[in-house]
Amino acid sequence: MTAEARLGSVANFVDERTGAAAWMKKNLQKVFPDHWSFLLGEVALYSFVILLLSGTFLTFWFDPSQREVIYEGSYAPLEGIKMSAAYASTLHISFEVRGGLLMRQIHHWAALLFMAAIVAHLMRVFFTGAFRKPREGNWVIGIGLLTLGIVEGFLGYSLPDDLLSGTGIRIAEAIIQALPVVGSYLAYFAFGGAFPGEAFIPRIYTVHVLLLPGAFLALITVHLMLVWYQKHTQFPGPGRTEKNVVGYPLMPTYMAKAGGFFFIVFGVTAFLAAVASINPIWLYGPYTPGQISAGSQPDWYMGWLDGLVRMAPPIETAAFGHTISWNILIPGLIIPGILFTGMALYPFIEAWITGDKREHHLLDRPRNAPNRTALGAMSLTFVLVTLINGGNDIIATHFDLSINQIMWGTRFGVLILPPIAFIVTKRLCLSLQRADRELVLHGRETGTLLRLPHGEFVEVHEPISPEKAYLLTSHEQLPPLELPDVDGRGVKRAGVLKNKIRARLNKAHVESVPKVSATELKEIEHH
Amino acid sequence: MANEIESIKDPGLPAHVHRKADTDPAAARRAERQVATMFLISAAGTVLLIASYFFIPDDLFVFIPVMGNQNAHQLGLGLGMAISLFFIGLGAIHWAKTLMPDTEVVAQRHEFRSPDSERQEFVDAVKEGAAASGLGRRTLIKKSLFASLGLSALSPLILLRDLGPLPGKELEKTTWASGTYLVTDPGNRRISASDLEVGAVAQVLPEIADPEHRKLSDIAKDAVLLIRLRPEEFNLEPDRLAMTHEGIIAFSKICSHMGCAVALYEQQTKHLLCPCHQSTFDVTRAAKVIFGPSARPLPQLDITTDADGFLIARNPFSEPVGPSFWERNSQ
Amino acid sequence: MKHLSRYRRHKAAAPFLLLLALLAIGTTYSVASAATTTESSLVERSALVEEGRQIFLKGCSSCHGLNAEGAQIAPSLIGVGAASVDFQVGTGRMPMADMSTQAMRKEPVYDAAETAALAAYVASLAPGPEIPAESSLNYERDGSTAEGGELFRNNCAMCHNFAGQGGALTQGKYAPTLMGVEPKHIYEAMVTGPQSMPVFSDKTITPEEKLSIIKWIKAAESEPNLGGASLGRVGPVTEGLLGWALGLGLLIGVAVWLAMKAK
Repeated sequence: MTAEARLGSVANFVDERTGAAAWMKKNLQKVFPDHWSFLLGEVALYSFVILLLSGTFLTFWFDPSQREVIYEGSYAPLEGIKMSAAYASTLHISFEVRGGLLMRQIHHWAALLFMAAIVAHLMRVFFTGAFRKPREGNWVIGIGLLTLGIVEGFLGYSLPDDLLSGTGIRIAEAIIQALPVVGSYLAYFAFGGAFPGEAFIPRIYTVHVLLLPGAFLALITVHLMLVWYQKHTQFPGPGRTEKNVVGYPLMPTYMAKAGGFFFIVFGVTAFLAAVASINPIWLYGPYTPGQISAGSQPDWYMGWLDGLVRMAPPIETAAFGHTISWNILIPGLIIPGILFTGMALYPFIEAWITGDKREHHLLDRPRNAPNRTALGAMSLTFVLVTLINGGNDIIATHFDLSINQIMWGTRFGVLILPPIAFIVTKRLCLSLQRADRELVLHGRETGTLLRLPHGEFVEVHEPISPEKAYLLTSHEQLPPLELPDVDGRGVKRAGVLKNKIRARLNKAHVESVPKVSATELKEIEHH
Repeated sequence: MANEIESIKDPGLPAHVHRKADTDPAAARRAERQVATMFLISAAGTVLLIASYFFIPDDLFVFIPVMGNQNAHQLGLGLGMAISLFFIGLGAIHWAKTLMPDTEVVAQRHEFRSPDSERQEFVDAVKEGAAASGLGRRTLIKKSLFASLGLSALSPLILLRDLGPLPGKELEKTTWASGTYLVTDPGNRRISASDLEVGAVAQVLPEIADPEHRKLSDIAKDAVLLIRLRPEEFNLEPDRLAMTHEGIIAFSKICSHMGCAVALYEQQTKHLLCPCHQSTFDVTRAAKVIFGPSARPLPQLDITTDADGFLIARNPFSEPVGPSFWERNSQ
Repeated sequence: MKHLSRYRRHKAAAPFLLLLALLAIGTTYSVASAATTTESSLVERSALVEEGRQIFLKGCSSCHGLNAEGAQIAPSLIGVGAASVDFQVGTGRMPMADMSTQAMRKEPVYDAAETAALAAYVASLAPGPEIPAESSLNYERDGSTAEGGELFRNNCAMCHNFAGQGGALTQGKYAPTLMGVEPKHIYEAMVTGPQSMPVFSDKTITPEEKLSIIKWIKAAESEPNLGGASLGRVGPVTEGLLGWALGLGLLIGVAVWLAMKAK
């Protein structure tokens, strides 16, 4: 049988049972737009696959038990030391299983890359407005993936039960315990009794290897299916409209590029794991509540939480026999809750502000949505300032600073710097819009000077290509919303305050430098 | 929403620019060779991985600049794996970029909104089905259905009750009692007052019958820090001063903020620093909080000596140690 | 006298008297010279103390007072013992150059002999911790690495970090790195509690336990980085930085190349 015939018979086999030929054909020719920033989500996806593979490897040797054992392995500085079986099995993986330490490091580096890629991907989606209708649901799923990722990572590095991660669990327990009314009960239920107990590690093992990966698989599947079905967004440009997708077909080009990229991600992760030590738990020692190391931090994606808790004012109220620790609840639960809820609801908030109910498949260049871009810059500044405070002791030792000064600096900085970032970013965007206008109207400055016959010096400007001119002017600039206080018949509308707020926000949101119109361009050309 | 500014016309997709490999067969062959080389490098990486696994002893260390002494087995495995994976990817992408079709294809998007007629049909189908179920009409079924569903949701919650015991008064108690001896951690040796010089600290636990099998859950509440100052350096209320002994003062080592071990003692400033969130406590003023997020001082242990001069606790802690909780009613 | 004079012209009288004289001179000399040796080693020792005092007056008294009684800017040295001096001067912390935050380890200003003189002088002021003898610092023989690790994590890691890399204290002070410190100096620091560091009494951490701690520190210092380049052995902060910079950076670089049109 020829190869063609063989292929034919396999396809035949499947098609006769599922009717797959039609949708396979359609999907193999599906068009995917090509931009490097669209690969950030792929980095996250592939990192997830790497986590599944490396994690499965680790489960073959890891013992998720807190029962006390005496170390008898090959790492001499811990000989005869009491530790949990979880810690001892992690040492075993690191020192006696060939490739064990490599796989542990691949797993942990992949986790850091997973979270970094999610954040970078979130920033790309946010700044280009890809969360607008019809993709609001996918955005919400994305925020869900971000949240679950943070939890999964925390539980993951807590499994080895070492001194650093054990301290993190102690802090988590204090947050649970601080919850009003139910705190001490929830803490005792979570830990099977007093902290640290012997139930926590086995329980978070189940969450970490079964429940959360299952949730991830489900959410990621829906996330990808939505992208597949709704088709990926694309950057504006010549030939690209709201009603088409311009790019390369799945087979063969996109398959090769995306498939190849998986190997790239895996290769870079393995490279990091080969050359850079991560989570050296044998140096930390096993967890016991009476010990601690200077410079204890959670992994980077929780550093901002740590920074928030560190900078919190020492407020606790004790009245009528009950204590509420505002110094824990506000930075640990309330502020993150507001932040993540705000993030999840943002597509709907922006739609309310703009009054725009249409579908959007063309992305915004960030400068063309100055308000949104400034808001994003403001949020990033907030996270960066809190992140810096989370590492204030490491920064202090390495740069000869004082933790007290850094703490006060970030306490004020977290309130002052985000608004400044907003204002600066918005002005920058408007400035860039102005520069775009100049470029369209007057062309590119070549740097060549020309002396005119009557003695005047002018700089030669090269007109930009029609493609570039189109790119710089194809974006939409909406006029402010009309929200009258009274309707057509002069009757006062309900919700006047809401409308006033909306009108104010809308006015700020649509503030832009007017783009060059076709008529303006014609006038210039006639010059 | 009308666009008030008249847009510049779309010039359409730019003309396709051919790559060298599209027109020049020599360039195409060169690209092919490049891709093949990358795949071969990947194969070499796999060989390095396999060879390292079986032939490099795992206690061999080699010196690499910048990185220092490295485990050769580990490095060989890791670099082998990295190379084998990375170059497959590089080869595939280079193949796609240089040799696979790179003409941009245009596909049409279709509106998602279903036609009005189908939407109406959907609404009708749901209405019909709901009516057929009789749920709307048969209120007895509806009410009892919600009751049974609601109640059944309780079962999993009830079944989780044995996740843990009720805390009871446990959060308020430690092992410390009147007459408990202070012992070193580790070592479990009794301490006499004369063992400590001025400026000294000691990590301390209560003496128990079976010190080899101390539970971590007990250490999490029992850990105590002993510090010796000169008696005149204290700035304490008389009742707190009475809890010290000849300049020796004892505090719970479990931070009153979130439970980390507070053992970082600055001898000159007499401050205790918790490394987790930088809460700072002034030992001369009964561990009063002078910086950082902790809202309460560290509980002080009432200590004295027995007839032989060994340090003992005169009383247990007068307040719960560690982080706050709802039922905690002392400041 | 009549009896003795009868033997005046005895032929054994001369040799006997000679023997007596020799014995007398011999014993008198040894007694007298013993007294002179004590005096001269006292002189030697007090010469060392005096030398130390001279160095002290020139290089230390401007802060520590003419009689080492201390002043506003520097503590009294009476009772700190030779060990304190050996540590502070031997690690170059003293004389303190930069008065801002705390004395830091640097190139010692005084050589071994001068340091010994200073130590002798300060020791002469009042009893204090002595410099540990070489023989009592054999940590390889007398210490246990694993026990040292337990002791280190209990008593030292909260300031100096889990791998002895150093850590932050309040107001810009810091616990320095323990890497590259002489075992003698580590011992002296534990015993004398320099600056912010507390004292670790010999009863709460015995001399053998101190040697175990030193053994562990030396083992950690010489231990190669087992998983790749160490990122400073300070934990997740540097790991996160590298993940973003090198990991995501490399990947974004490849992504840009991936999406670029080939020539």
